[in-house]
Amino acid sequence: MSGFKNPYDPNIKLSSGCGCGGHSTQAEHDAAAESARFDSGSEALQSRVVESAVMRALFPQDELRRRFLRAVGAGTALSAISTFFPLGMAKEAFAQVGKLEKQSVKIGFIPITCATPIIMSLPMGFYSRQGLNVDVVKTAGWAVIRDKTLNKEYDAAHMLSPMPLAISLGAGSNPIPYVVPAIENINGQAITLSVKHKDKRDPKQWKGFKFAVPFDYSMHNYLLRYYLAEHGLDPDRDVQIRSVPPPEMVANLRADNIDGFLAPDPVNQRAVYDGVGFIHMLTKEMWEGHPCCAFAASKEFITNNPNTYRALLRAIVDATAFAAKPENRKQIAEAIAPANFLNQPVTVVEQVLTGSYADGLGNVLKVPNRIDFDPFPWNSFAVWIMTQMKRWGQIKGNIDYAKVAREVFLATDAAKMMKEAGLKPPATTSKKFSVMGKEFDPAKPDDYIASFAIKRA
Amino acid sequence: MQRSGRLAATLLSFVIFALFVAVWHVATLPTGGAPVADSEYSKLVGSAAASGQKSAMPSPKDVALKLWEHVKDPFFVRGTNDQGIGIQIAYSIGRVLLGFSLAALVAIPLGFVIGMSPLLYRAFDPFIQVLKPISPLAWMPLALFTIKDSATSSIFVIFICSLWPMLINTAFGVSAVRREWLNVARTLEVSPLRKAFLVVLPAAAPTIMTGMRISVGIAWLVIVAAEMLVGGTGIGYFVWNEWNNLSISNILCAILLIGLVGMLLDQILARLACAVSYPE
Repeated sequence: MSGFKNPYDPNIKLSSGCGCGGHSTQAEHDAAAESARFDSGSEALQSRVVESAVMRALFPQDELRRRFLRAVGAGTALSAISTFFPLGMAKEAFAQVGKLEKQSVKIGFIPITCATPIIMSLPMGFYSRQGLNVDVVKTAGWAVIRDKTLNKEYDAAHMLSPMPLAISLGAGSNPIPYVVPAIENINGQAITLSVKHKDKRDPKQWKGFKFAVPFDYSMHNYLLRYYLAEHGLDPDRDVQIRSVPPPEMVANLRADNIDGFLAPDPVNQRAVYDGVGFIHMLTKEMWEGHPCCAFAASKEFITNNPNTYRALLRAIVDATAFAAKPENRKQIAEAIAPANFLNQPVTVVEQVLTGSYADGLGNVLKVPNRIDFDPFPWNSFAVWIMTQMKRWGQIKGNIDYAKVAREVFLATDAAKMMKEAGLKPPATTSKKFSVMGKEFDPAKPDDYIASFAIKRA
Repeated sequence: MQRSGRLAATLLSFVIFALFVAVWHVATLPTGGAPVADSEYSKLVGSAAASGQKSAMPSPKDVALKLWEHVKDPFFVRGTNDQGIGIQIAYSIGRVLLGFSLAALVAIPLGFVIGMSPLLYRAFDPFIQVLKPISPLAWMPLALFTIKDSATSSIFVIFICSLWPMLINTAFGVSAVRREWLNVARTLEVSPLRKAFLVVLPAAAPTIMTGMRISVGIAWLVIVAAEMLVGGTGIGYFVWNEWNNLSISNILCAILLIGLVGMLLDQILARLACAVSYPE
């Protein structure tokens, strides 16, 4: 990718020999395209691209540029060129796609690792690279984050992926059109039990247990209910499920108020760290690649601020692409563990992100995709969530699953941004998947609900 | 005699404190269990979990060191969600003073009017009796929903909780002004405004000040809970954030500082009350 090479280095060739014009050979082009699949354009790289373009325009013949640089030196060349060509302005013009309607943006988050792309974008500069001045505000619970977003105190927020569906459908609040432009993370949740239940690994022994989930409208609630029901326990009659904000779960487990929880990390790992609980299973064992949290905004915000929305989405997608690479995870853990963000010991966050973790029973397990990052908001995810809402009686009556899914989970926008970030978005917006070995066909949601023995619908 | 009595009391206070710290220290001594797990595992968990136990209460020394850390650098800002304890306390005091002043502006004149007129007293009484016992935090969801701003909502909650003690005490103080004094005023044909300011207000001032003192105490109790609920800034948020981190030492530091500030607020109003009271 010669656009990223130092154009002031006389020993470098800038002329191109490939299809896109950016590489000296076709082989180099292919290699660069492959490596760019996950590459996010950093500020330094971007200015390099601009400088290279300017140098190419000034010296169409590469030999001329090299001779010029050898004669005057790179430093002199840089200052000479910047005096008559406003490099700074060219760089800005390259970075700015459209004028941002709103430069200062407030985003609310809950201190859990699901918020990784939203949080890490601040200390790691993904927002500033889009010209955004973002303030990420830690919030006490899901109901508060919902109210503060509905109040417009926050422009966008970290939400559980079922929440925007619930808000749009008017379940638990007045119906307000909400959208999910990107999923933040996939997998990354676990069932943790109190250490006193070390011997009760079979869910059939869990009758009478008290469980905590983060919120009624959460993947955690639906996954826990699904898991219990598959093992023959009725989640409404045989056990008690209550909603507890994630940061308070470990304290409650320690105080014996609850027997276990299905929670986002770092809560599970923190319970292990403090010797309070053990990780019974990761949710990825139930459904590999399930969505968890979402980056959400009101429809009003994205219609009134299209450029700001695009810049935000680009930052989030870039950050997600960066986080998807295992080799970056340690660095991310260090960036998001401090008091300003998750407020957790670095080792806890690191164990969650890298997937080499202590399970609370004396074993060190290695599950590299314990949490993973994929921004694509599959419409079929939304349909599955709605089938569970209906299964447990949170919504009633007929719903047009496909229509709601399409309106809330903005798969096309995400696909566009993913392409720009160098990721390969899927060609379709809907796919079949299986949960605990049972296949889900998004085209037949009502048949799916009818197929369960334990349900409230 | 009196002086030596005070000295003895101070001495006793210190003895009680030393005893408390000693018991705390002994109770939190490490029990020294052998590590049950291999070294790779124990590196990944807290020191207590590595020896097969739950993480323990911090010792007095841990808390003292933490406290010194906070006191040394109380005003740092390391981002929106990480600010020094001094700044957090300042936010909370600011909210309390604002809510409390607004409440005083409403409660004292209203209480005055209600206290002067037995008719209004009886008319307002049922409302006050119903509204008074409502926990101020119960207003929070309603406030967030209607005011649509979390900062204003927490000030509103302070306002509503400081309102009632001041209102009731003012009304009571004004209605309990001695008949003779009012009769003297009437005999001297003092204008109603002069009567209100020169006779009723000074007579009712000690009772009003007592109401204000109760109010500021309640307001300080409530702000911590309100900030824990809404988050963002303030000492309540600090406690919540450290709870999230399960850092008991930090929470104990915050508890101590909350107590000290509460005492300070109470003492200020007690001094003011002394200044307006008079010997009969």
